[in-house]
Amino acid sequence: MIGSPDVVAFTKEDEYGQANPDPWALPEEFSVPLHPLADSNPWAKTSYAKFTKDFILISEFSEQVGPQPLLTIPEDPKVCGTFDLNYFSLRIMSVDYQASFVGHPPGTGYPRLSFVEDSRVVLGDSKEGAFAYVHHLTLYDLEARGFVRPFCMAYVAADERKIMLQFQELSLRFSQASECLKAGNRRAFAKELRRKLQDLEYTHSVLQREEGLQREAGPQCMYSAHAVEKANELANVEKSIYEHRDLLRQISCYHRRPRRDPHAVTCQKCMTECLSECEELLDKYVKLANPFGYSKNEEEGQGQLDDEGGDEEADEEDDEGVKRKPSYTPQLIKAKSAKCFDKRLKTLQELCDETFYKATLELLKETERSFRGDLCYLHTCRLDKALRRKQRVANFLFEEDLGDDEDEVETLRPFCAVNHAIDGYILLNPPPIVLGPEPLELDVLEPPDPLDPASETSHTQESELGLGESHLESSPSDQTLETQESSEETKGSFSSDKSGVGQSEKQQSLTSMKSEAPDPDSDLTPDPDQNTDLERESSSEEMETTAGDDEGDSGGDQTPVSLLEVVSELQASKEDECGGGNDSDLLVPIDTACCMAQEGFLYEASAPDAMPCLLQSSHPQPSPTLVVNQEPQALLPLQDDYTVGSPCSESPATGLELPVGHLGDAVSRTSVEDGSDCTMSVSTGSDRAASPLGYGRVVTLCQRKKAGQGALRFVRQYPFAMQALWCLLSGRTLVVLGADEGRVRRLVAALALFVPAPGKCGERVQAWLSCPFTLTDLQRWKLVGLQRVASPVGSSMLYSLSRYSRYISILDADQKTLRCPPYRGQLLANIADHRTYVRRGSTYFLHIQSTLCHLAAKAFLFTFTHHLHLPVSSTEGPEVVEGRRRCFLQEQLGLGEEDSHILLYLSQLITQQYLQPAAGSSAAAPCFSFDYTTSVLYKI
Amino acid sequence: MLRWILGGREAQSSVEKSPVLCIGEEQPKNWFTELQVLKGHFDIVRFLVQIDDFRCASAGDDGLVLVWNVETGERLQELRGHSQQITAITTFTCSSEVTSHTSLITASSDRSLSLWDPDTGTRVQTISDLQSSVKCLLVLERLCLWVSGGEELCVWNRDFQLQCHRQHKQSDTGITALIELPKNSIGAAVDKEIVIYRLTVSDSSVSVAEIRCLSDHQDQIRALINVNDELFASGSHAGELILWDAIEWNILAYEHILWEESQASTQNAIRLGASKPSEMSIQHLTTNGKLILAAVGSGLYVYNVQTKAVVAYRKVAHDSNVLHTMLLSDSELMSCSEDGSVRIWEIQDLPLPAEPASAGFFGMWNFSRTNKQSGPPSKKVMDIPNIRMLELTGDLIGHSGAVQMFVSFKENGLVTCSTDHLLILWKNGERQSHLRSLALFRKLEEKGGL
Repeated sequence: MIGSPDVVAFTKEDEYGQANPDPWALPEEFSVPLHPLADSNPWAKTSYAKFTKDFILISEFSEQVGPQPLLTIPEDPKVCGTFDLNYFSLRIMSVDYQASFVGHPPGTGYPRLSFVEDSRVVLGDSKEGAFAYVHHLTLYDLEARGFVRPFCMAYVAADERKIMLQFQELSLRFSQASECLKAGNRRAFAKELRRKLQDLEYTHSVLQREEGLQREAGPQCMYSAHAVEKANELANVEKSIYEHRDLLRQISCYHRRPRRDPHAVTCQKCMTECLSECEELLDKYVKLANPFGYSKNEEEGQGQLDDEGGDEEADEEDDEGVKRKPSYTPQLIKAKSAKCFDKRLKTLQELCDETFYKATLELLKETERSFRGDLCYLHTCRLDKALRRKQRVANFLFEEDLGDDEDEVETLRPFCAVNHAIDGYILLNPPPIVLGPEPLELDVLEPPDPLDPASETSHTQESELGLGESHLESSPSDQTLETQESSEETKGSFSSDKSGVGQSEKQQSLTSMKSEAPDPDSDLTPDPDQNTDLERESSSEEMETTAGDDEGDSGGDQTPVSLLEVVSELQASKEDECGGGNDSDLLVPIDTACCMAQEGFLYEASAPDAMPCLLQSSHPQPSPTLVVNQEPQALLPLQDDYTVGSPCSESPATGLELPVGHLGDAVSRTSVEDGSDCTMSVSTGSDRAASPLGYGRVVTLCQRKKAGQGALRFVRQYPFAMQALWCLLSGRTLVVLGADEGRVRRLVAALALFVPAPGKCGERVQAWLSCPFTLTDLQRWKLVGLQRVASPVGSSMLYSLSRYSRYISILDADQKTLRCPPYRGQLLANIADHRTYVRRGSTYFLHIQSTLCHLAAKAFLFTFTHHLHLPVSSTEGPEVVEGRRRCFLQEQLGLGEEDSHILLYLSQLITQQYLQPAAGSSAAAPCFSFDYTTSVLYKI
Repeated sequence: MLRWILGGREAQSSVEKSPVLCIGEEQPKNWFTELQVLKGHFDIVRFLVQIDDFRCASAGDDGLVLVWNVETGERLQELRGHSQQITAITTFTCSSEVTSHTSLITASSDRSLSLWDPDTGTRVQTISDLQSSVKCLLVLERLCLWVSGGEELCVWNRDFQLQCHRQHKQSDTGITALIELPKNSIGAAVDKEIVIYRLTVSDSSVSVAEIRCLSDHQDQIRALINVNDELFASGSHAGELILWDAIEWNILAYEHILWEESQASTQNAIRLGASKPSEMSIQHLTTNGKLILAAVGSGLYVYNVQTKAVVAYRKVAHDSNVLHTMLLSDSELMSCSEDGSVRIWEIQDLPLPAEPASAGFFGMWNFSRTNKQSGPPSKKVMDIPNIRMLELTGDLIGHSGAVQMFVSFKENGLVTCSTDHLLILWKNGERQSHLRSLALFRKLEEKGGL
């Protein structure tokens, strides 16, 4: 809680305010309201939203019924309240972002799967007071029109700014969820295809046999209507088989495609699994199965031949079919497919492999959890975390542990949610919050190839070109409601020459894929040989066409007119909607102070850090290929995305300008413009910023806050609280002695706030002990609640107390006395003033936190200041150093003798903690320091 | 022969204000401000030996020998092999080569002897099924031999080969202590006697012969030490301290350390014999060549070898029997006791020699062997100018059982072992914190930043 106390006002209601009514507080009717509107807090404007808190909505554009909501997270219907999900789904799905072409593209014989990148949009509905980050994606479905089903996941909130400022992280998280979902969907799709192929081949064999029988029956009947029909049917089935086989091939090529989405890096293991599965299938169905392979099923098949619903059944058997693969019975496929509106569409769950589906939901739930609270709260938390991350060395002292569990789980997420992270998998590097733009090193982007000087230039050029190109392409896909994207995406399908290239390339890559063993790194780390060359070629090729276009709407000359119209229409409409969308003042109504804070939200693209670990997997890669294939845009920090329009945008956009060496200004300008586009929110009600109240964070924090109440009570109640706190902070074990367990436990819980380095689970605190303690206990615990008993056990306990009295301070909860060394310092007067005006536990908690944090920072400084511990020159004796240390403590930090003890103890803890990894493994016993001072008895 | 009785009511009231000493919590001279508890034993830890500058070995009733790094508190080795309690442990340094290597020899109640390498933790040599268990060990480094004493005296060479042995029939207690004497002689304490053996080393064989038996002690000999090349000392259960000539084996001085309770002498004698027999027993003797420090009951006595006079004493230094003592310097000493504490003492000059309190300081000073209380001789004590007092400067409280033994590693710290199965490593907190700072900056430099 470094940042919280004095930076931003805390708008969250105290959960314990109701539970523990402050006895000193004035009754409601006598209290003076802080501001006229007593029912709302001054920082939050009234929300018009009909829902109470943010939620995630998943909708689909059904080809039968149109946009419909599928599910919300959390699933509690109360969340949405009276909010009309159907209407909102219509709103967010009506953005036909893909405009993807379906069916047979000209020039190819087979239907093509469209590989569509996700798009990310911020939409708003001012009337409803709802704003949403909308993440569109498509899933494959064999029965769907064009084999695709459009879906979207939306994060719906009442606060537009919250979404705008959290865009990066929302985008990252939703991308992960989307990748997960799509990976599962591809698996399910491949399985479905396999079943379909089985069916088709079975049908084929049956038809062949029938035809053969007919042929045998009489050659004169050869040209009868029936025979012709049969032959047609057979031809249809064969065609269908080829089509499906091609689809299977396409889906297995999925991973070979260069991804433009910087977030779309998926789990390699999943990829590999999926890939090998697909290859297996592909191998299996590359030839027509033995026509008589299913002869033994003939009877059954004949029986089902007329069954219209056979098709459906096969689908419904989905899951069972997967599980008992050998016992799967192929179905006969009727030539005519069912009518569009007759068939039942698969649900989202059916579309996706089960484990992946669950993982996706988990991811989304996690996302929802992590975005709870209003912007101010999130902001503070994030600042807090960022600061704490900078203070890792000293965090263990007073901050709750976030380094390993909480933090990493929240923002660091494995790419694959399906537990592949366990076996040493590469985790996604967290998008670290940058507090200022960091310049990128060019060397990282363009490492020269020392082995091949001849190819160096070309490689570099290519890489740069690729860089520029993909940046150009992907930046719209990233952040904007952008229709270029779709045109980009599909232009390959429209222009015959391009698709030809793509085809041949894919063929080649297919063959190369086949020739090699499936490379586990195939997705991210391309093979060093031909594959990379292929990709590089292709990318440069695409690049040429793109570079030819001067503005972002590339492929305009290649795109058929109809689509172009759509594009421009959409763009126009978008601009209409935005109104003065580019007017940054309207859009990002934040002041400079906020902007500085805003930088806290910016993320460096994680790639530069992540790259080495991604690459180290098997063989070292030549760097140019890295640049080309590693989704170059991922290398660039998208720092400007949010600072556009705000004063901070004047800061050099290093990340965006760097890679455009050879391409010239056009591209960079375009990308910058794209970048500015992306911040536009498609909403008209941007002047409203309502924030629902956030709900609680982690339980431990709640507990600590509750303890803050107890600590406040302790401080007010006991005049010697300062001495007690000093004991704890200077490392002297405090024993709370009492007969009443509840009372002792409460006291211990309150005082535990002051125990430095209490351990992850409070190992240094023992709340209740009812047996005599030993020296080892003293070493282990810094705060002990001890039961006072009037039995022989009690006397031995008292004996141990008096025996070790030099090491401990004793707080007698019953008689209200404290036996400890005298403390006369000033340092703790601030937090242990029994006449304090602080009335609230949580306020006091923050107060404590800030003081302790201050102390920890001082201790850190003290610990790591070289000349305070070691002689500067060889002539200096230890006395000089000692004197310097004392001078530092007394004069520079202004600490007295006893206050110095606190700092020395904290410093010692920091030192031990810092040295621990080296010596910790040897399991040496911990040290226990003390000093010999007299104690005095304090009474109330 | 000098015999003195110390104590008396007035002495107690003036110098030793109460039988239980309490120094209070302020101990500015006590620099042991950090401790580490070393766990590993499952039973009483009785022995500690220093292996080198930073290692020590502990052994106890659980038959375990543990090797510790005193600097870090790490347990380096665990020497397992003895099935019963360890009765004696000593280091055996073989310095025949250029580099000397220290091994450990242990003796156990399971009637076996073992040689250990503390570096690797392996048992290099072992001899089992001895006729009796060994109670003490003595290494004769000069001859590269070592001697084990129990019911019989055995001489072994470096390779654990028995060279010769001699049965000792007179006593059933056997040899309890061994010292090396000049001219290839060995002194062995057997019950009330000190037996002098002489080793004859020919080319290939070693023989041992008993040449003298010194039976001047009235009670069982508890401690036997070398003082310097010319002297050795022995202490008995009855409080007799005898200084011997190491070559001629003559008695150079005889001290009978006694004191008297405030009651009548006849009753006192009975009570001493009956209820607290150990109160005047010399539990432990230690020396630095000039001073002999004797642990007598729960008291401490410092004896000057040159002047053959007591330097300082404290009748009740601990609440219970003192088990081990050490002279840290000419003026500092340390003692540990069954009461679970270690105390650090300083030999200080009396504050003011003419102070009336000092009149009764040495209550009884007797030169007759039988008379226990006589007034006038006590005045003589006053004439001895260099009598000083033992001042408690610090105590270490940590063990919950009797502190059996301790080993000092100078500025590196102090190791104590106890019946509570623990070892405690006491250190100078400031020095440790300085060392940690050094380590911190070293690590900082290695890592090149935080």
